[in-house]
Amino acid sequence: MSVKEYAAPGAVPPKPTAQAAAPPDTRLTIRPARRARRIPRLPRAVRRAIGPVGLLVAWYLGSVTGVLPENVLASPVDVVRQAIELTSSGELPRAIAASGRRAATGFVIGAAIALALSLTAGLFRLGEDVVDASMGMFRAIPWVGLIPLFIVWFGIDETPKIALVALGVTYPLYFNIYGGIRSADSQLVEAARMLGLGRIALIRYVILPSALPGALVGLRYALSTAWLALVFGEQINADAGIGYLMSNAEQYFRTDVIVLCLAVYAILGLLCDFVVRLLSKRLLSWRASFDGDGA
Amino acid sequence: MSSDASSASSGDKSETSSVDIRGLSRTFDGRTVIDDLDLTIAKGEFVALLGHSGCGKSTLLRILAGLDDEISGEVIVPARRSAAFQSPRLMPWLRVWRNVVLGLPGRANRDRALATRYLAEVGIEERAGVWPKTLSGGEAQRVSLARALVREPELLLLDEPFGALDALTRVNAQRLVGELWQRHGCSILLVTHDVEEALLLADRVLVMDAGGIAHEVTVDLPRPRALGSPEFVSLRSRLLGWLGVHDASASETPLERISS
Repeated sequence: MSVKEYAAPGAVPPKPTAQAAAPPDTRLTIRPARRARRIPRLPRAVRRAIGPVGLLVAWYLGSVTGVLPENVLASPVDVVRQAIELTSSGELPRAIAASGRRAATGFVIGAAIALALSLTAGLFRLGEDVVDASMGMFRAIPWVGLIPLFIVWFGIDETPKIALVALGVTYPLYFNIYGGIRSADSQLVEAARMLGLGRIALIRYVILPSALPGALVGLRYALSTAWLALVFGEQINADAGIGYLMSNAEQYFRTDVIVLCLAVYAILGLLCDFVVRLLSKRLLSWRASFDGDGA
Repeated sequence: MSSDASSASSGDKSETSSVDIRGLSRTFDGRTVIDDLDLTIAKGEFVALLGHSGCGKSTLLRILAGLDDEISGEVIVPARRSAAFQSPRLMPWLRVWRNVVLGLPGRANRDRALATRYLAEVGIEERAGVWPKTLSGGEAQRVSLARALVREPELLLLDEPFGALDALTRVNAQRLVGELWQRHGCSILLVTHDVEEALLLADRVLVMDAGGIAHEVTVDLPRPRALGSPEFVSLRSRLLGWLGVHDASASETPLERISS
């Protein structure tokens, strides 16, 4: 570097004798940040993978050395072997299909209810007074606690499982869409009125687009709740589905199958989340690019 | 809106005037913001409305826009009027050109050619297809102006449209508004607290205080107006005096200042 240094970095400059006249050697040289490192940096994805992979390895080592007995937690190798076995026998795909159908049916019903209620509450003063107060009251009831009541009402077939999923989906969607509608910028609403937009056009061009970001956040919550509700629902006398596989395995202490089922639930949940992220990216492309990934 | 309903019944006045306000009052929770105000704006006249924050000038503009009808008194405005506000208020989820023609009747609200024509008039037709969030403040304000003009208003209401712009952008935007006004021939009511802006653009400058028009001055200077001319400077210090601001340069003309 050609810039002359007046004070070595780290060296304490001599105390000024008089405050008014600072001695010339208190100047510092501002150096460019050191970018080139001797050790090449690991890519971010690799660094992020270290934790989960490390846990898997620890799990594997624990199983091999017998620290983790099989009746506590099966080894990851057994879980993978089970996955292959149950997939080739068709048992796992059938279970996923059965569970997926329940989740989808429940989700569609719940989403329809949430949409109808949130639009009623968001767009009409009377609807707000009637619907929102009731939803606030119902939300205080933990929906999982309704399982006994659902069994009494709907029996132990498919209906209580679907109803549970629908219920779990309704709340997050309702509150997020309703909140989104209510958070519509009053300045934009005013501008739209000034431009001569009628009620329908106002809803279409101003209110609903303002509610979209919130609705998509609600959708993500709703989908994760749907899978959660399914896990609870499938504990009720299931004769098909992932929950059925799991409760069967429970009887025989097959921890490998239980872990496999948990992994399947997790993967399905992640897949749904991924789809919503993609959807958000497309639908919210009008946002500035830095928060374009939706959530 | 009371204003639209009453405009038909008084066709005699609307021959020469665009806006007629008689005895207008507006009260917010017992606090009178506009108190028995009278105002007439001629067709094609450019009127600037000055005043301190909270003097009621924005309220008056909102009443004329039809956004506030909890009033007493008589207000007659043209049916075709539009507004631009301090924030551009564009719908972020609609492309720029869709914003311009949004709310036009029939198929016109999908007429990209029409939108582009007006965007060209404010000088940013090349930004027609982008999202509003990617516009700069000055560009967004131009879109807002295009959106107001596409309605071919007889009365254009401007509520501090340059207030949020930086000084250089503001100069260009002011010049643009002056040009647009001369081309379209509409009446303009410009609410501002920038005395120089008012004097540069308006035929008549009103100073609002305590809910009424406290002062009024007709600006008889040729356009385009120069900020430094002696008449301009003396008008400015008069207006600043009415607004309660003592102008240090009031006693001397710019020429004297240079020579001293």
